[in-house]
Amino acid sequence: MTEIRVDGNQLAGALRDVFSFDVTTATGTCCGCGRQAPLAEVDVYTRAPGLVARCRSCGQVLLRLVHGPGRVWLDMQGLRSLELVVPV
Amino acid sequence: MAETSVARTLTLEVPGWPGHVAGQHLDVRLTAEDGYSVRRSYSIASAVEGARVQITVERVRNGEVSPYLVDIAEPGDAMEVRGPVGGYFTWQPTTPAPVLLIAGGSGIVPLMAMLRARAAAHSAVPFRLLYSVRDPDQVIYREELVRRARDDRGVDIGYVYTRRVPPGATRPPGRLDGETLAALGLPPEFEPAVYVCGPTGFVEAVSTLLVEQGHRPANVRTERFGPTGGETDDRDPR
Repeated sequence: MTEIRVDGNQLAGALRDVFSFDVTTATGTCCGCGRQAPLAEVDVYTRAPGLVARCRSCGQVLLRLVHGPGRVWLDMQGLRSLELVVPV
Repeated sequence: MAETSVARTLTLEVPGWPGHVAGQHLDVRLTAEDGYSVRRSYSIASAVEGARVQITVERVRNGEVSPYLVDIAEPGDAMEVRGPVGGYFTWQPTTPAPVLLIAGGSGIVPLMAMLRARAAAHSAVPFRLLYSVRDPDQVIYREELVRRARDDRGVDIGYVYTRRVPPGATRPPGRLDGETLAALGLPPEFEPAVYVCGPTGFVEAVSTLLVEQGHRPANVRTERFGPTGGETDDRDPR
C-alpha cells in the first residue's frame, strides 16, 4: 500500500481507538455539499500529521485524526452526521 | 516469502486471533527506539487458519513501513498488530450473489483472501477474477491462481496485461477498457457483488465503467490506495 491518498477503509483501525463500532460502514453526511456515503469511500490523506479524510465530491475536510503519545485527537467538524445500521 | 520482486508475504502468529472476514485489514505498528511510531493498515491475504494470519506487502518508494516489512523483517521478529478491522470491503460466504473481483496490481491481496475464504467454506458461488497487472512477472500468487482456476469449480480468472503480455497471448497489452470489461466481466443482469481494489486511478476508472455498463453503484464496493496522476511510477499496473 502506498501512503499518499487512500480511502476510508484505512481508517478502520485508527478509529477503533475512539468508537466501539466499525465506523467505515457508517454513512456520513458532508457539511460542505451534503453528499452521503459510507466512510469507507471517502478520500484519506496519510502524509499529514495524522490522517485527514475529505469528501470525494467537494473536498471538504470531514475528519482529522492524530495519534500522540498516550492520547488521540479527533476533529469531525466537517461531518454533519453519521448513520449506522445496528442489529435490532 | 517473496511473491514478486517488490512484494512479499509475511505469515504472522497472533496469539488469540479471533478470526476475520475476507477483505478485512490488520494494522501494524512499528515503534523506533526514540518512541516515534508509525501505523499502517494492510489487507489480510489468508483465510482463517487459527492464529496464523498472512499479509502481502508491496514495497513503496520512500515508504516508512513497507521497506522494512519487505526487505528487513526476519522470521521470528515481533511486531505490534491489531485487528481484524474494517467491515465495508468484505465478502461473507453466506452471501449468495455471484462475485466479480477486479484487481489492479497489489489490489489482488484482499480479493485473494475472498478466493481463499470461498474455498475454505466449500462455497459454490460463481467467482470471476479480472486481474490487471503490468506484465507476467508482476503477478502475485501466480501459481495458486493457476491452480484455483483449474481446480476450484466455479472460479475463473482473466488477466489484463498493461505493458507486456506473456508469449501466446491473444490480446495486446493495454488498460482494462470497457470492451475488455464487458467481455471478461460478469453481465449486470446477474447482479454480481463487485469488488474493485487497486490504485486510486484504476479503481475510479473501473468503477465508472461498471456503472456505465449497468451495474448498480450499491453493488460495487471499492478499496483505493496509492498514487494518482503524475505520482504514478513504474509499478503502476494501469
